[in-house]
Amino acid sequence: MDIEAPSYKWVGTRPVRPDGIDKVTGRAMFGADFSLPDMLTGKILRSPHPHARLVSIDVSKAAALRGVKAVATAADIPEIPVDNAFVGDAPTNFRHWSSNVLAREKVLYDGHAVAAVAATSPAIADAALALIEVDYEVLPHVIDVKDAMRDDAPVLHDDLFTAGVEPKPDKPSNVAKRVEFTLGNTEAGFAEADVVVERAFRTKAVHQGYIEPHAVIANTAEDGQSQVWCPSQGHFMIRAACAKLLGIEISQFRVFPAEIGGGFGGKINPYLEPVALLLSRKSGRPVKMVMTRAEVFRATGPTSGAALTVKIGALKDGRIAAAEATLTFEAGAFPGSPVGAGCMTGFAPYDITNVKIVGYDVVSNRPKCCAYRAPGAPIAAYGIESVLDEIAQRLDLDPIDFRLKNAAKEGTKAAYGPQFGKIGCIETLTAAKDHPHYGAPLGPNQGRGVAAGFWFNFAGQASAAVNVNEDGTAIVTYGNPDIGGTRASMAQIAAEVLGIDYDKIRPIVADTSSIGFNDITAGSKTTFTAGLAVHEAAKDVVGQLRERAAKMWDISVDAVVWENGVARPASSNAGDFDPLALADIAAMAGKTGGPISGHASLAATGAGPTFAAHICDVEVDQDTGRITVVRYTAVQDAGRAIHPSYVEGQMQGGVVQGIGWALNEEYIYGSDGRLQNPGFLDYRIPVASDLPMIDTVIVEVPNPNHPYGVRGVGEVPIVPPMAAVTNAVASATGVRMTELPMSPPRLLAALENGS
Amino acid sequence: MIKDHVSTTINGEPVEFLCDPRQTLLDVLRDELNLTGSKEGCSSGDCGACSVMLDGRVVCSCLVLGAEAEGREVETIEGMAQGETLHPLQRVFLEEAALQCGICTPGFLVAAKALLDRNPDPTETEVRYWLAGNLCRCTGYDKIVRSVLDAAAEMRGK
Amino acid sequence: MVLTNWLNQRFTDGEPEIEVSAGTVRQLIAELDGRFPGIGAELEGGMAVAIDGEIFPDPFLEPIRADSEVFFLPPLEGG
Repeated sequence: MDIEAPSYKWVGTRPVRPDGIDKVTGRAMFGADFSLPDMLTGKILRSPHPHARLVSIDVSKAAALRGVKAVATAADIPEIPVDNAFVGDAPTNFRHWSSNVLAREKVLYDGHAVAAVAATSPAIADAALALIEVDYEVLPHVIDVKDAMRDDAPVLHDDLFTAGVEPKPDKPSNVAKRVEFTLGNTEAGFAEADVVVERAFRTKAVHQGYIEPHAVIANTAEDGQSQVWCPSQGHFMIRAACAKLLGIEISQFRVFPAEIGGGFGGKINPYLEPVALLLSRKSGRPVKMVMTRAEVFRATGPTSGAALTVKIGALKDGRIAAAEATLTFEAGAFPGSPVGAGCMTGFAPYDITNVKIVGYDVVSNRPKCCAYRAPGAPIAAYGIESVLDEIAQRLDLDPIDFRLKNAAKEGTKAAYGPQFGKIGCIETLTAAKDHPHYGAPLGPNQGRGVAAGFWFNFAGQASAAVNVNEDGTAIVTYGNPDIGGTRASMAQIAAEVLGIDYDKIRPIVADTSSIGFNDITAGSKTTFTAGLAVHEAAKDVVGQLRERAAKMWDISVDAVVWENGVARPASSNAGDFDPLALADIAAMAGKTGGPISGHASLAATGAGPTFAAHICDVEVDQDTGRITVVRYTAVQDAGRAIHPSYVEGQMQGGVVQGIGWALNEEYIYGSDGRLQNPGFLDYRIPVASDLPMIDTVIVEVPNPNHPYGVRGVGEVPIVPPMAAVTNAVASATGVRMTELPMSPPRLLAALENGS
Repeated sequence: MIKDHVSTTINGEPVEFLCDPRQTLLDVLRDELNLTGSKEGCSSGDCGACSVMLDGRVVCSCLVLGAEAEGREVETIEGMAQGETLHPLQRVFLEEAALQCGICTPGFLVAAKALLDRNPDPTETEVRYWLAGNLCRCTGYDKIVRSVLDAAAEMRGK
Repeated sequence: MVLTNWLNQRFTDGEPEIEVSAGTVRQLIAELDGRFPGIGAELEGGMAVAIDGEIFPDPFLEPIRADSEVFFLPPLEGG
């Protein structure tokens, strides 16, 4: 695809988002803001045990309570057989999700859903939960990923045999999978190396931390037709999950996208939605369910905690000779940590001949982990970029020069196998080096760290429609939830193609019955993929506008061109006609062939990988161990920024989540296997007073597979921060921290041991 | 449970409601009065998404009982714009893209307005500490803090 | 040319690189399954594929040229 000349009218500008007014006035309807007449309140009973067999569940007393209209357990949903666990080629194992939505046979973590009720008031629902009698046979539990791998660890799943090892194990274990990526010969590479650094690291499970708890309303009529309103990162996915988990046909229900109050990967999978639908079907009434913050922490998210070892060898001149890493990721109660992506991303910014990466996916008695912004990549980058920093230090090389010396470029064979096409790794690192921040003086007790990051960016399926209204305005309809301003980008793209003003276009996110299928809003793919669908649908409209103009002028359509929002004769040979604006043609639509409506449904390919380079300054309080980030600059290749303000916003938000991961955030379990900090007071995400401004530099190395060069933006900014902060702390204190979070007690202990 | 009858003022209008004595002001606003602009993020006073003004003071409405509104003045996000005219903070938040998902935005706007009402010329540090009780997970706070400073400058210029 | 990363221990006697001629991912998997029975089910079971550096998360009909380099990768998920 040719990159269109970058002389855009709308792409690259910063218009106010179309949904903005609703969101600053309180009008916008998020998940918990809907209500329906005669609505019931649904609530979930959750396991207080980290691991127990469900001997029996007696719901009779709860069901008999006045005001209780439905009670549900796993017995009310079909058990999904092993060989029917997947839908298409998606990696989601619905057998596991079924057991996660309502526990079957065993509970596997503190907070695992056991039963649900729907009642006429929240107070009655609470009373009903207290009347459900569950007989638990408490089993030994295991929380820590390393403990879970021991031979004597309690086994969570009797049918889980480690995949990816030969011969196939003869007994079940908590190690779900082993993956390995190799390139060249690391042994030979290390033998050549002048300096070799090997370190072990630990990171803790952290939650996506969206401010809006999960919420849903489901309403089912007597004929089984249902409607579901909920925030999610993909209402088509919610539809697929509910259909699969409840065994109902997709045509029987319709999912409406509520405004979504943050997701970051945590609102991809079903939790409440199938349960609310089930309760609604059983009661024949609308059922609303909203999680408490404690439920969000105990039973949704988080991402993996991990143990990793990284070994890198380099030559005196700064070339990396060999690199190895072993990544061991917590999957939570069911297999499926992002260890594969961790393995593939960590060394991706570099051209290394000899690489070996091994990953393990390990279950333990924690909530089932799910995607969190560039899933797996920040953990791998934390260890790898820390070791690279140490090598640069030992070789007395500037850390950015060291990375530039090894930087991946077009044609580089990535550590996970394939060759890169056009990428902006070098451009990104160079822009970081050239930034005034990099040469700025540091104060006392301050240090500076840098780190790089990589994310694939994904493409996928999308559908869009562009309907031209009779007054010359247009409606853009697409099907990806707008989680951070994509309505604006879609309107900009349509305005660019149609040549009409941005404010003449109204973008809407349609429900599952009003537009063709769409993949989830995740993988940094919405602006790329949904944007391509909108671009194609708008081009379809332009074709129709040319046809209509041709009819109005009674000339051949080939003799009509569309430029700057008007139809013109292609040349003077075609005839002498005044240009027809979109509004002129729209007004005549009924007489020239009917409504003007463009459509596109596509499976996009060609997402371009993205690289980031971050610079972080910290100040360390030697007496308390408190680390303060005092300056931060994030540089990233966006390919092309459609709406630069929202690109900057993604970068700033990702950085701050990474800072939280580095400094404060962690899941803390007691010896009883219960989560001890399921609230924002004790699970401390960064607040405004913790932070400086986050400077951003958008590099634009256009993606050759997109008409405007878009790559993808949302995920890579969370990849470098943990290492950047750690490297800055090492520079400030001389102490290299190998365990996150670097909370004040941990740093203080390290400072005392180190000095 | 016998409900309490409460007479209060919300966004300048007299309002009467019945509430369970255990209901929070946030529950009353959202569930009884359909003022769903105030959001519930934690119901423990940690996230600030439910921020409202109570007699001129910013409070987490999840930590106030509905019954406590008796005879007092409540201001919510729904009362911030005057007719079709947005408050400068609302407008600058939009112009400077200070929101992504938008769930925390009402709380930030209410809290920021409370700050500018008492301190029309805050420093960046003052803004950051004043807003430290409002959590945002999307923006990293950068554009929020800038918007508050820029709206303050604009309002001082009038 | 096809590189399989960790399936080789189980199916290809440790050989990570295999020459196969096929026009699409579907044909490639069928061809491999003919030579290494059972590998087809693994490759179809939710693996992503990279063809000449470009990743396809849900491959089926993607064209492969005679000199293409194809990698099978674990399923990937974005956030």
